[in-house]
Amino acid sequence: MSISKNQLIWIGFVVPVLLACVWEWAIGSGLVSGRLMPPPSVIFKTLQELAKSGELQLHCVATLARVGAGFALGALAGTLIGAIAGASPFIRHLIDPTLQALRAVPSIAWVPLFILWMGIFETSKVALIAVGVFFPVYLGVAGAIIAIDRKLIEVGRVFRLTRWAMIRRVMLPAVMPAWIIALRSGLGLGFMFVVAAEFMGASEGLGFLLVDGQQMGKPAQILGAILTFAILGKLTDALLVLLSRPLLAWQDTVRESL
Amino acid sequence: MLRLDALSKIYADGTEALQSVSLELGAGEIVALVGGSGCGKTTLLRLIAGLDTPSSGIIHVGSEEVRGPHAAVGIVFQEPRLLPWLTVAGNIGFGLEQLTTRERQSRIDHALDKVGLATYGGRWPRELSGGQQQRIAIARAFVTMPKVLLLDEPFSALDAFTRKSLHAHLLALWQETRPTILMVTHDVEEAITLADRVVVMRPHPGRLLETISVNQPRPRDVLAVGFDKVKRRTLHALDRSLQPEKQSAQAQGSDEFSHWW
Ligand SMILES: Nc1ncnc2c1ncn2[C@@H]1O[C@H](COP(=O)(O)OP(=O)(O)OP(=O)(O)O)[C@@H](O)[C@H]1O
Ligand SMILES: [Mg+2]
Repeated sequence: MSISKNQLIWIGFVVPVLLACVWEWAIGSGLVSGRLMPPPSVIFKTLQELAKSGELQLHCVATLARVGAGFALGALAGTLIGAIAGASPFIRHLIDPTLQALRAVPSIAWVPLFILWMGIFETSKVALIAVGVFFPVYLGVAGAIIAIDRKLIEVGRVFRLTRWAMIRRVMLPAVMPAWIIALRSGLGLGFMFVVAAEFMGASEGLGFLLVDGQQMGKPAQILGAILTFAILGKLTDALLVLLSRPLLAWQDTVRESL
Repeated sequence: MLRLDALSKIYADGTEALQSVSLELGAGEIVALVGGSGCGKTTLLRLIAGLDTPSSGIIHVGSEEVRGPHAAVGIVFQEPRLLPWLTVAGNIGFGLEQLTTRERQSRIDHALDKVGLATYGGRWPRELSGGQQQRIAIARAFVTMPKVLLLDEPFSALDAFTRKSLHAHLLALWQETRPTILMVTHDVEEAITLADRVVVMRPHPGRLLETISVNQPRPRDVLAVGFDKVKRRTLHALDRSLQPEKQSAQAQGSDEFSHWW
């Protein structure tokens, strides 16, 4: 049996659709009560109503804007500091232990401090997300630079590349795959941290929908928000993969996107 | 063209890899360097390529002293070392950034043609076999038209057939610009097929032991009587290079193996 690449993409939908059908059927047949576990049809209806009133879009945009801003900041800082730490053993030994210790701090632990420092509004939320994005990007970039094949650097030396040309023509392309992977895990953490950020008090955002659903006893809204998170996370990750594809065309396609 | 004066190299850990190596190569001359593992062949090439600095001694290319990577010196490593993010054409043109696009392209096309891979320019390195990759590495070194070309066991990872065809490609490229070539090899037959002179090294510390002139017309015939004579002499010298010092050379009938590591 041969399965084409396009068919393989659709195969990913089999499991969730099957689960949804079983769930719907179990509730429909009265096997289980759907009060705390509303069936997919109810969740979709809730989402539909939220969308019709424009609320869903508002919350999505609020969450995406926070993730976007936090991701941009965290990725930028992680890339810069990671590059410096990767390139200079002295700076690496200077800052890496501290950063590793900070990395071990659970994200929620920062919340009170950030609220004290930056207030309860957007700044502290974006800062928290940026912290989450920073670490995987920092680690990925620093590690990739340390791991650059010395043999390829030597090829650059033989052709007498200047320092800048060496960075542009050898080091940058060499770290590109690891950088993209680091950005992707950073983005994933960004979504994780945005929930924590929105739990600390927000009047909009998908995290607000979660809190609101719990306080108002609306499980369908909670599950709807979770579903939306899953979709947004997957879509933004796919966007990142799409944007980076031309940069990584030279890689083995067997390993393609994961 | 290439002159080495009393080159020595002692590594940071105290290993004496080379001791007072002196050698002179004329313009367009091909010299093969043979010797047991660890006798400093790679070290010597790296010093000439400017990738390492000698502990003492001087290297001249033409009238210029080598103090680092030099425009007139090219090197092909034991592995192809192609940059995986560049196409085959991009790899060959890696050292030609300063040329116009058109000139670069014409040099790349010509080199591709010479190594028998004319239609492969758009491929990625990973899509080539090991022998094809090594041909690209050789082309990459030739297109910058170095006056001195260093080859560090460029064919050692390849089978005998592929190796033979690469010898032909190498000589075809050499014919065009006639660079001075210093090549390391483990294969005595390869050395005698390609080189004007074979230099035998001796380990611990690395020194030159003997130089053997090949003096055979090209293209070389492995079955010719003259070829066999040179081969015997070379193998004999290698035997001596591997024996403990002071002990005088005893003729050992070891003609039959040309891979002696
Ligand atoms: N970077 C280094 N630091 C310390 N010692 C080294 C280094 N590189 C090589 N050596 C030592 O120098 C000696 C010569 O090494 P070299 O690689 O030049 O040998 P070679 O003749 O090329 O051997 P082979 O035929 O196995 O490639 C060896 O004893 C080796 O262990
Ligand atoms: Mg070697």
